[in-house]
Amino acid sequence: MIPEAFEYAAPAAIAEAIDLLASRGDDAKVLAGGHSLIPMMKLRLASPGVLVDIGRIPELRGIRVHSDMVTIGATTTHAQIEQSGDLRDRFPIMAETATVIGDPLVRHRGTFGGSLAHADPAADWPAVALALNATIHATGPSGDRTIAAREFFIDLFTSALEPGELLTAVDLPYPTLSTGMAYEKFAHPASGYAVIGIAAVIGVDADGICRDCRVGITGAGAKATRADAAEMTLLGELLTGERIRQASGHAGAEIDLLSDLVASERYRAHLVAVLTARALRTAWERARPLAAKNDWYAD
Amino acid sequence: MAKHSVSMTVNGQLHEGAVEPRLLLVHYLRDNLGLTGTHIGCDTSQCGACAILLDGEAVKSCTLFAVQAEGANLTTIEGIAAGERLHPIQEGFHAEHGLQCGYCTPGMVIAAYDLLQGNPDPTDAEIRHALHGNICRCTGYQHIVKAIQHAVATLRTRDAAVVGSAR
Ligand SMILES: Cc1cc2nc3c(=O)[nH]c(=O)nc-3n(C[C@H](O)[C@H](O)[C@H](O)COP(=O)(O)OP(=O)(O)OC[C@H]3O[C@@H](n4cnc5c(N)ncnc54)[C@H](O)[C@@H]3O)c2cc1C
Ligand code: FES
Ligand code: FES
Repeated sequence: MIPEAFEYAAPAAIAEAIDLLASRGDDAKVLAGGHSLIPMMKLRLASPGVLVDIGRIPELRGIRVHSDMVTIGATTTHAQIEQSGDLRDRFPIMAETATVIGDPLVRHRGTFGGSLAHADPAADWPAVALALNATIHATGPSGDRTIAAREFFIDLFTSALEPGELLTAVDLPYPTLSTGMAYEKFAHPASGYAVIGIAAVIGVDADGICRDCRVGITGAGAKATRADAAEMTLLGELLTGERIRQASGHAGAEIDLLSDLVASERYRAHLVAVLTARALRTAWERARPLAAKNDWYAD
Repeated sequence: MAKHSVSMTVNGQLHEGAVEPRLLLVHYLRDNLGLTGTHIGCDTSQCGACAILLDGEAVKSCTLFAVQAEGANLTTIEGIAAGERLHPIQEGFHAEHGLQCGYCTPGMVIAAYDLLQGNPDPTDAEIRHALHGNICRCTGYQHIVKAIQHAVATLRTRDAAVVGSAR
């Protein structure tokens, strides 16, 4: 399959990319890893007049460690995240998620920023960005701005990025409490994308009270969302297996569920509850290994 | 559309040319360079028959434009053997019946090569995880896993012999 003809530019700096995008307006598209865009162009579902390849801009790539957060450059690949020693200690959920995205060949090309910008309702990273309270950096003709993950996913394949704006990097703030995190995915049997994906982060204080709880859901509706009702059920409470089960029943309550060949609305609702319980359970166990295990066995 | 000049090293040899931006890397390799060992199985980024090494990493060459490989170092299946001497992974596929029709094999060998670079002693499960992006319609995968374990064993004895002779 052969895409429609287009012009190609591979700028070496962010400013140059912004100028190119501005000069061509709607006709221009950013090319990152190309692992969503090129298949669409081959099927002629997308036919941009000009591609601005951001793969040769060094400042967009790589993982930088700061005292209070880690910053991941937009064109950092899934494979680089999977293998990053810097992320392993503070954000084990990053490698846990990367390793279930596509396959090793896809992970060598697909990028973190590309996945977020694409806002595919079945993509994995959006759930994780939500659960980690990520901050997204964007640059465009009218300057730089930051967007909270919560405000970033707008609709089916629609993010908060303005036309001509480039996602440049993503900040992941370090958790301050004793924290555990987990990603649970039910993969589409053919495509491998998430039918449902749940990212959970739990922070507990010394008494085992849940002081931080963030759950990101992907695959359920048109866009990735936080499970607000489930989070509220757990915040300020002493965690138990029973309470987690209760909370999971509320997950996805706010979502207008998708339905397709693989999963009906009802089945999706069921998967959301089951996977939320699993992700919360594992996150809790990782936050407070002993307390969680004792309660688990007591159930 | 204006053509772009590209230059890349393929199997150790520098190639230069002018291509349309929309030319896929797999078509550049097969049609422009005549390296038809890299196959097109699905053309929808699923099957891995088109796998090559791009700067040492296995990628799907049907999901890359040739212009994106400007300046890169590529290895295709034609560059895996040392002249007439098969690579241990290729020997493994031969010895263990790792192929039937052979259509998926170039991609399988490339994916296996990539795996063994980083993990010279993989478990069967690790081999299966590494082949996640490569589909075979014939073998049922069992013999492919065996073929790669065969290569692991060959490489291990070979490395041991090298270490032994250095002592
Ligand atoms: C076989 C296969 C299996 C896959 N399986 C999964 C899976 O299991 N889970 C999953 O989550 N994903 C999966 N993917 C998708 C993959 O992760 C993509 O790489 C990813 O969704 C998009 O990233 P990219 O860098 O390839 O973006 P591209 O394809 O280059 O771009 C995608 C879109 O985002 C825009 N864009 C990209 N980067 C930026 C930026 N920095 N700023 C502004 N706009 C930008 C582009 O203009 C384009 O519209 C799969 C892909 C394939 C081919
Ligand atoms: S032809 Fe490239 S993945 Fe199938
Ligand atoms: S041997 Fe026929 S597809 Fe693998």
